[in-house]
Amino acid sequence: MLGLSGIGVLLAYTLSIGAALLCVVYGVKNWNVPADDVVSREVAEEKTWEQHEPDNDGEEL
Amino acid sequence: MNNLLLIIIVTLVYLMITAYLGYLGYRHTKSETDFLLAGRSVHPVIMAVSYGSTFISTSAIVGFGGAAALYGMGVLWLTFLNILMGIFIAFVIFGKRTRRMGHRLDAHTFPELIGKRFESPLLQTASGLMIFVAMPLYAGSVIIGGAQFIAQKLSISYETALFFFVAIVAIYVIMGGLKGVLYTDAFQGSIMFVGMIILLVSTYWMLGGVIDSHQSLTSLAPEGVKVFGAKGFRGWTAMPEPGSVFSWQLISSIVLGVGIGVLAQPQLAVRFMTVKSDRELNRGTLVGGVFILMMTGVAFTVGALTNVYFFNNPSFGKISFLAANKVVDNIIPLYIHSAMPGWFGALFMITLLAAAMSTLSSQFHTMGSAFGRDFLDHGMKVKTKNPVFTIKMAMGVGIILSTLLAYFLPRFFEQGSAIIAIGTSLFMGLCAATFLPLYFGGLFTKRITRAAALAGFFTGLGAALFWMLFVYSKIAVPLGLCNIIFGVPTISAKIQFVDPIVAALPVSIIVTFIVTMTTRPPSEDHIRKCFGDN
Repeated sequence: MLGLSGIGVLLAYTLSIGAALLCVVYGVKNWNVPADDVVSREVAEEKTWEQHEPDNDGEEL
Repeated sequence: MNNLLLIIIVTLVYLMITAYLGYLGYRHTKSETDFLLAGRSVHPVIMAVSYGSTFISTSAIVGFGGAAALYGMGVLWLTFLNILMGIFIAFVIFGKRTRRMGHRLDAHTFPELIGKRFESPLLQTASGLMIFVAMPLYAGSVIIGGAQFIAQKLSISYETALFFFVAIVAIYVIMGGLKGVLYTDAFQGSIMFVGMIILLVSTYWMLGGVIDSHQSLTSLAPEGVKVFGAKGFRGWTAMPEPGSVFSWQLISSIVLGVGIGVLAQPQLAVRFMTVKSDRELNRGTLVGGVFILMMTGVAFTVGALTNVYFFNNPSFGKISFLAANKVVDNIIPLYIHSAMPGWFGALFMITLLAAAMSTLSSQFHTMGSAFGRDFLDHGMKVKTKNPVFTIKMAMGVGIILSTLLAYFLPRFFEQGSAIIAIGTSLFMGLCAATFLPLYFGGLFTKRITRAAALAGFFTGLGAALFWMLFVYSKIAVPLGLCNIIFGVPTISAKIQFVDPIVAALPVSIIVTFIVTMTTRPPSEDHIRKCFGDN
């Protein structure tokens, strides 16, 4: 099938495409998850964390 | 001469664009106090492409593409695992937890994350040192891929290409390595994506379409069996004979070493901590899955199909391995040079430069912080006047070590070895054996103890090193240590082709589990600090 001789290779070929499709479906389904209010909180946490990054230890960003 | 001029112009234009984007990002960082709020408006496609371009390097395209020319399309199992483990499970499951725990513990490097999770400065120190010492093996492999391509493209010696390539990368890395590399990574990722699409479409079109190409490759099997039949080869569109040399090399090293090892890569784990929110990870999953399919899926499919091209081309009339004079890592460069028009060769060189630079910048940055911050500062308590400068110095040493390895590795391995693939698999397997049990346990269970994490780390490290030095023939035989001590090239001829990850990871998992069950659990306060109220 598909010109391939072994079932192992056929599976690898099709499962690779399948795995990418899984990522696409998951991404589309969760494109806006979590909602804006949660994201704002997470970004605020990130800002605090970023201040201790080795490249700019303690500097206010 | 026109070809050379074209390549120089294209390279210079690319470097100028890269430098400009890097400068833009740097300026943006320094002048905006609400950098992160501004960063939130960056399109998630850019975020995911940036991750993918860090993940995919010349190692994947040149090294594993060449391996696919040797072993066949069975290497696509690695594409499957790269997407499933490296994108889906990494982003959705590991990534979110890493992000949250990294923020709660205020950890900024992978050794710092596991050091704080397990309240163990020793773990942070030891893992920092291990990363610094071992990562040049992977970085060196990435450099080989780039240098090999340039040498082929410009018809210059490997050594000259190596110097030229490292010089460009070093300037970029030392100037870059800042926040704002995001834009350059995304630019590079876009180039890589376009380059690989053109490569795939051209190859399939040239060879008569998808099914006819595969059929031609299937029909060519007897030519490959003549050369590799004794090692279990059964054709490029079939898996090798189970239990054969090729089977062990393909499955244990190439597929499992990288396919599992990708989950425990320190330079990728850190990316999850710099992601702004879980939403980005969700969106990134979509882009990442497609990106990895187009990178590795194309490289491995085209790699295998090069056999049809070279065999049917009167200038060669041989399978890829022989057409490239048994230098596996030269198969893809030779194919691009011979089969594709000159302008594509120039574009592809940029594609590889882009892939290498984005990967190498994160590797060198990780090496620098592993030595400067994790080992020296937090571990050995050696305080330097300027910690950022120390990290950059350590990065410089990392670049030198990696370049030396890129110079020596082709001389070290036997002719016909897929050197890039081996070097990459070894490093990833080592990371899997040392980090994966404690990383997984640290993120997902509250029961795992400090003693267990340490025991698992050192057992995994010891088992992997023992296997490499005394069992795994690819390393043990040229190194000769086993011969010196025991008088035999490897301890067991039966298992000499089994990759170190197959032995070391299960041992590490078992030890981690047993020690967890026999030592006192961490305090509830600490667990609450790590996991929050979950």
